Amino acid sequence: MDKMPKWADVVLIPLISLLLAAILSALVIWAIGESPSKALWIMIDGALGSKYAWGYTLYYATNFIFTGLAVSVAFHARMFNIGGEGQAMLGGLGVALVCLYIPWPHWTLALLGATVGAALFGAAWSFVPAVLQAKRGSHIVITTIMFNFIAAALLNYLLVNQLKRPGSMEPATAKFPDPTHLPSFYDMLAPLGISFSRGAPANVSFLVALAACLFVWLLIWRTRLGYEIRAFGQSESAAKYAGISPTKIIVVSMTISGALAGMMALNNVMGEAERLVLNAVEGAGFIGIAVALMGRSHPVGVLLAAILFGALYQGGAILSQDTNIPVQLILVIQALVILFTGALDNMVRMPLERLFLALRRKPAAPAHTKPAE
Amino acid sequence: MDFPMILQVLDATIRFATPLLLACLAGLFSERAGIFDIGLEGKMLAAALMAAAVAAVSGSAWIGLLAGIGASLALSAVHGVASITFRGNQLISGVAINFLAAGLTVLIAQSWFAEGGRTPSLQGAARFNPITLPGAEALRGVPVLGPIYYDVISGHAILVYVAALLVPLSWWVLFRTRFGLRLRAVGENPASVDTAGISVVRLRFAAVAICGVLCGIAGAYLATGLQAGFVKDMTAGRGYIALAALIFAKWRPWYALYACLLFGFLQALELRPDMIESVIRIKVQGQLLSALPYILTVVILAGFVGKAIPPRAGGEPYVKER
Repeated sequence: MDKMPKWADVVLIPLISLLLAAILSALVIWAIGESPSKALWIMIDGALGSKYAWGYTLYYATNFIFTGLAVSVAFHARMFNIGGEGQAMLGGLGVALVCLYIPWPHWTLALLGATVGAALFGAAWSFVPAVLQAKRGSHIVITTIMFNFIAAALLNYLLVNQLKRPGSMEPATAKFPDPTHLPSFYDMLAPLGISFSRGAPANVSFLVALAACLFVWLLIWRTRLGYEIRAFGQSESAAKYAGISPTKIIVVSMTISGALAGMMALNNVMGEAERLVLNAVEGAGFIGIAVALMGRSHPVGVLLAAILFGALYQGGAILSQDTNIPVQLILVIQALVILFTGALDNMVRMPLERLFLALRRKPAAPAHTKPAE
Repeated sequence: MDFPMILQVLDATIRFATPLLLACLAGLFSERAGIFDIGLEGKMLAAALMAAAVAAVSGSAWIGLLAGIGASLALSAVHGVASITFRGNQLISGVAINFLAAGLTVLIAQSWFAEGGRTPSLQGAARFNPITLPGAEALRGVPVLGPIYYDVISGHAILVYVAALLVPLSWWVLFRTRFGLRLRAVGENPASVDTAGISVVRLRFAAVAICGVLCGIAGAYLATGLQAGFVKDMTAGRGYIALAALIFAKWRPWYALYACLLFGFLQALELRPDMIESVIRIKVQGQLLSALPYILTVVILAGFVGKAIPPRAGGEPYVKER
């Protein structure tokens, strides 16, 4: 039935796409007069070469796990949530309000409270587009794009006019109180006798991100709701026939998606900045799209892709410090990954499918023997 | 608030509306043919860089314009190959194009000019300078209409008038020519066009190419007309506002003009908060004005105020039956 063995679909195609993106990126670096091999080496060393580097790579990866999972959950219902950026901004607002206005005794409770705040605010921001899609038929992509801009304007207004620290010119909230301080990897690993870099921002929310991966896996593949989401994503008409309500699936999957995107704020707002600043998300919502595409919307894939992109971000930052290559190289690589793993998927897939069909036809003349997986 | 101030705001409205209008018409052709394009932003940005860079080197805004159109067409080709030839997801392709342009423009500008991701400031013939329409000077003394003609209508770069003329031209091409009929049909029901023996692929590529040319003009206007050179991210979300305007206009050329003028007016007002305050006696936050196009689009799209129905086959790759 399948034209290709499963491993080819899950591993081979993303790897080939990634390779194509890497080759083109190398050409770009070469074209602007730098050495691709040297650039690659600086990036690998900068992202993975020390504990400090790992601390940054995993910090970025935490952001991308959340936004990647957000896009993935929506993808399973065949919804394209391009609004992760806005949802993460709102999540930041939720975290800031929870941390600033509730006196928390201990960081564990604060983390719980902030998770609820971030998820609620993020979910609220995707709930409206979801309802509009389900009830009024407005295209979810357009509405979520619009909501990104509305979120940016809203946060701009709130930070400049309402939440700004009195007497300060900077559009940012006051620093969160000390009990809300999340332990960094340094704090967490010290009792175990492992010394981690003190300056790196990776923190306990990485574990929350891992838990979110597990949650999404359980949700999508081990619950009735997840089954309904996948059924709806595969075929809307078949799902309807089976008694699955499209409205429910669209709204629920998008709300979960928004909540996951919002939870990114645990890492960047609560874990790192410890206050809410303008443009705190820095495009992580969009990187979620690349991460979900590369990770094939599976939590394990998302985790690996998020770490890869985390390394890319940290490596790219170091690269722009050490060479004349601007940090925007990351955007180019990200674009090429999205292009090859997403839009040009068929370009890689079609020849491979033909190849596998040809390979199968030769030996298996009498019976349909399944190729080894 | 007085008359010269109104003229000033209206003048700014036209200048801000022009890139929106060009990008909006670009999206109109593409989406009418069934190809969603959220890569308008990226194409404009790429065109802005190439127009400014080539104009800076050659000293001619016109050669810059051609280069800008070329850059935009190249990205259109990527979009076409991804979404027509390989039947990929058009939205994902558009997202990729936006990032590609955002990254590549800075890389190229830095590599060519080494001025921190910008091009040198353009002067003289390297820019599209304001032109005075015939009779503007002579009619200036006529009360009310004279200043309106002189200050608001006249005195823009030539591309502004090109954009204005493109509105009736687009209408005529889409609704009064055989090509336009086929183009619209391919966005509504590609199978019927295919049955009539007309190539769906070729029509869609034509639409995507027109989209590329128009985005190219829009980008060139930004960098060599509205401003004097390229700076990074200079499109600043205009591609998305154009997309919003397209929905607001319900995929029609004349409505596109009105929608872009409205959104251009909002952008112009954002620069003059004092003016709104003096008119309605309430302080309106600038952030509200900048969010208004998006809010209006969400409301329109939800069908609360008139229904916006997109072309039926929009976003669907066409698979010929075998």
